[in-house]
Amino acid sequence: MLILQALLSGLLNGGIYSLVAVGLTLIFGVMRIINFAHGSLMMLGMYVSYWLFVLWGVDPYLALIASGSVLFAVGVLIEAVLVSPVLEAPEHDQLLLTLGISLVIENLALFLWKADPRTVTVPYLAVAPMVGGIMISSPRVIAFVVSLALTAVLYVFLKRTDLGKAIRAVSQDREGALTVGINMRRIYALAFGIGCACVGVAGGLVVPFYAVDPYVGGVFVITAFVVVVLGGMGNFGGALLAALIVGLAESVAAVFIPAAMKQVVMYTIFVVVLLFRPQGLFGARRA
Amino acid sequence: MSLSIEEGEIVSVVGANGAGKTTLLKAIAGLVRPTGGAVELRGERLDRLPTHRIVERGVVRVPEGRRIFPEMTVRENLELGATPPQARRKRPESLSRVWDLFPILRERARQLAGTLSGGEQQMLAIGRGLMSLPTLLMLDEPSLGLAPMVVKEIFQTIRRINADGVTILLVEQDVMHSLGMSHRGYVLENGSIVLAGGGPELLANQHIRTAYLGI
Ligand SMILES: Nc1ncnc2c1ncn2[C@@H]1O[C@H](COP(=O)(O)OP(=O)(O)O)[C@@H](O)[C@H]1O
Ligand SMILES: [Mg+2]
Repeated sequence: MLILQALLSGLLNGGIYSLVAVGLTLIFGVMRIINFAHGSLMMLGMYVSYWLFVLWGVDPYLALIASGSVLFAVGVLIEAVLVSPVLEAPEHDQLLLTLGISLVIENLALFLWKADPRTVTVPYLAVAPMVGGIMISSPRVIAFVVSLALTAVLYVFLKRTDLGKAIRAVSQDREGALTVGINMRRIYALAFGIGCACVGVAGGLVVPFYAVDPYVGGVFVITAFVVVVLGGMGNFGGALLAALIVGLAESVAAVFIPAAMKQVVMYTIFVVVLLFRPQGLFGARRA
Repeated sequence: MSLSIEEGEIVSVVGANGAGKTTLLKAIAGLVRPTGGAVELRGERLDRLPTHRIVERGVVRVPEGRRIFPEMTVRENLELGATPPQARRKRPESLSRVWDLFPILRERARQLAGTLSGGEQQMLAIGRGLMSLPTLLMLDEPSLGLAPMVVKEIFQTIRRINADGVTILLVEQDVMHSLGMSHRGYVLENGSIVLAGGGPELLANQHIRTAYLGI
């Protein structure tokens, strides 16, 4: 029973990881930049949802539209003003920039909203039905379903639409994309915006069951980095599968070892995989 | 250097590896910016436009090493060629024109581009360039690494494209073939033009015969 419960919650967590990781891997695949601000952007998405609920009683699931749009706009702005000037710069400069952005956002949040963890209680989500002895947490199920649905929508967008194909073209061959007359600045802004929107929605989705504080993003994003690397940097489908695997492994391990050790398990898988398959489980096939 | 191309011509630029041929085409296409001088199309400065605006004006490059999108199908690669708005509107017509020029691509339409042979990838790169509706098509070493039979086919197709009214700027190390089919040619050495003239006339030039043809 314990194992079944663990499998379920691992799978549900995996769904959230996938949405966080897919945004990260999209940005990396298209722009070859590692967005270390991803976690603080998730935190912003959580606060958008939190304040909408507290100030105006907006339903957290309605607020997803707001977290997604606000973070899309923030992403486009960050890309245009800060990231695009360093796209040709050495990697360590890009790293410093995105880390710096992350610090600024976190400290701004700390200044505005203090360090206290804040929680949202949604009455209709409080009931946790038991099915065959397993507790089903409805906000987690909703988060899982919405995450996977959004990941699927994004996948279809990238695979089927002209704009999605242009985004993939940039990740497959940058010079080829310039050759066919793709407007790079537009695609970069769009990819960065979409990546941030994903993590913003992911933030909104966890608000009903996860306390918000200015540093909360780190918890999810460290996992998302592991997922992105395991899935193969820039590999969209790989990120999805790796997210589910990491979610499962983490929570099954928590049954056997103290909760504080679960990160150890994740990093162990990470190191072992990278030793034997440095390109990630599914290879760095790009989108 | 000074180089001009008249509408309807085939002009080739030949030169050894490292002479600056690729850089020249990239400068015209806006991928590298000249530190001095100007690139003009019918009197309009191109060298300050972003790359996609240059493509929109019909100045299209088929890059060295093809630069196709390996994990997309042949058809998707071609459709992406029709990215400029006016090319997008003519996509179906352009597609049938490419199928016509390269029947093999039609057979392989649903195959991933990365699985094509070298010759087929080159055809795809040229086809993708045509989808952008070029008035000037610039080809960077289309014969590189291909079997002689395939090279012959590619050069024949380039002539057909030119006969349909597309101006061609051809960059090649295969001096014999390219000058042979060109109205005019330029010889590039160390980033400078050292010789210019009619294609067949250059082939007869003593410097070219000793330096490039080994005769
Ligand atoms: N006009 C030029 N002035 C200075 N350097 C040049 C010039 N043209 C090319 N180069 C340099 O020469 C090198 C080889 O040029 P490239 O265009 O690749 O040659 P090719 O295509 O003829 O083999 C490149 O590193 C390029 O930066
Ligand atoms: Mg070259």
